[in-house]
Amino acid sequence: MSLVSLLFLFTAVLTCGASIMVVTTKNMVQAALWLVLALFGGAVIFVLLQAPYIAVIQVVVYIGAIAVLVIFAVMLTRQTEGELLPGKTNQWPIAALLSAALFVGMAYFYLSSPRTALMAPVLDPKFDLIRELGQQLVSPNGYVLPFELASILLLAALIGSIVVAWRK
Amino acid sequence: MADLIKLIESWIRNLLLGWGAGEGLTLFILQALGSVLVVMLCFGIVIALIWVERKLAGRIQDRFGPNRAGPYGIFQSFADIIKIFTKEYVTPTGADKGLFNIAPVLAMASVLAIWAVFPIASNLIGADINVGVLYIVAISAFGILAFLMAGWSSNNRFALLGASRSVAMLISYEIPMVVSLLIPVLLAHSMKLSDIIKAQQPWWYLIIAPLAALIFLISSMAEIGKAPFDLLEAESELVAGYHTEYSGMKFGMFYVAEFLHQFTVGALITIFFLGGWSGPMAENWPVLGVVYFYGKAFLVYLVISWIRLSLPRIRIDEMLNLNWKFLIPVSFINLVVVAVVDRVMLDLNMTRWMYVGVMLVLNIVILLAALYISGKSQPSIELEEFPPRPVAVSNPPENS
Repeated sequence: MSLVSLLFLFTAVLTCGASIMVVTTKNMVQAALWLVLALFGGAVIFVLLQAPYIAVIQVVVYIGAIAVLVIFAVMLTRQTEGELLPGKTNQWPIAALLSAALFVGMAYFYLSSPRTALMAPVLDPKFDLIRELGQQLVSPNGYVLPFELASILLLAALIGSIVVAWRK
Repeated sequence: MADLIKLIESWIRNLLLGWGAGEGLTLFILQALGSVLVVMLCFGIVIALIWVERKLAGRIQDRFGPNRAGPYGIFQSFADIIKIFTKEYVTPTGADKGLFNIAPVLAMASVLAIWAVFPIASNLIGADINVGVLYIVAISAFGILAFLMAGWSSNNRFALLGASRSVAMLISYEIPMVVSLLIPVLLAHSMKLSDIIKAQQPWWYLIIAPLAALIFLISSMAEIGKAPFDLLEAESELVAGYHTEYSGMKFGMFYVAEFLHQFTVGALITIFFLGGWSGPMAENWPVLGVVYFYGKAFLVYLVISWIRLSLPRIRIDEMLNLNWKFLIPVSFINLVVVAVVDRVMLDLNMTRWMYVGVMLVLNIVILLAALYISGKSQPSIELEEFPPRPVAVSNPPENS
């Protein structure tokens, strides 16, 4: 077993364990911190997949922004501050069923895809992934339309947050 | 002799290969040795820096500073380290033990991990990844997490208040910091730190983009939470902020992380705006590059200390106003202007002299305009007049 697959195994177990802890921990701040660990595990897996840009963006966006805001919001709500909360609602069987179906579906499509058997191509070290990504995002033949649509959505969200917070 | 470090490296490599270690194991041992060396150098520097800072603080405040242990008190830091190791660890009642103990480790790690990507000399680069700038931004997120964990797990109102203040401040000041970091990336056409250093070979970005350097300096001073931005550990209001409940070496780790972060900011400014390891003869003598890199970082460290010892702490509304109403708009305008002008001037095939001159003038114009506009739009604060209420008089006038 190579070092990379050993690292993958460790990260995968850690990520899965952390994800289970997110939904079973009764303390909300601890649950949010377990979520951080799970997201970090995801970032490590992106690194192992030779996608450093996505890995770093995962950390910047999910841990640096979203997780910190979640923890901040949880900390400011007085009722949940360190107190024990009910761990599950009575809708948990439906949720478990849905996520199991999602997992089975993804596993089925992954295993039935002809590309699964292919080995990852070895990239030329001179090949600049980020430059390629940037050019694809703004080229008319690439992904300029989804990119601009996402930008408009974000702008709308920004304006919306200002309108909501506007002092009448 | 020209390349001392590579010489030592190849000696160790040959030694290990001679002992029968495999190629992969040798590489692993060498990389582990390199990372341990960088970390140990950081700790060694911090011990010296704490002494320098205290001595400088003493001089600026018209006193001697440490002067008992050894000549000029240079052994004061060692005495403090030995003392701090003997202190008792106190965990407050009701604290979240796991998080309480992880938080100082995370605070330290979030600073040390940044050093993994620093190009220390022309051929001495930890991990020359092509997302280096983003990596630095990403790692600083863990610092915020450490503050949050420390503040929340201490089960102390002051610590929690300090943590929430620090998060409010760090999240807001991250925006101008990242936007001003975009400018060296944009000018160098790369996020790789070694490329950014190579791109500023004749002209440092301090001359081409002084406004970005200024905004980066201010916002990273807020990131390290030093005065005038030390609201997160304001002694008169919050005891010590997020690390109120920490004692012994756990407190020491926060303390060392803070000093190391200040030096790391110096190193970041060196890389992005002061040409990194470049200097006379640094290409041929990489060892000189190491000296230049640490020397420049140390100079920026002294500047930060000087600012922090000269300015009083600002109020929380001033802190938010400075960021949201001044730094963020200015950094965005600066980014747009620099991007457009850089593109236009590259198409016009201007000489390097003209390019640098136009950039410098533009930066100064933007700064002056921003200062003028913000000075004009400053709302005049109307102080409410209260009648005097003397407390030392037994019969206050309004009662008599």
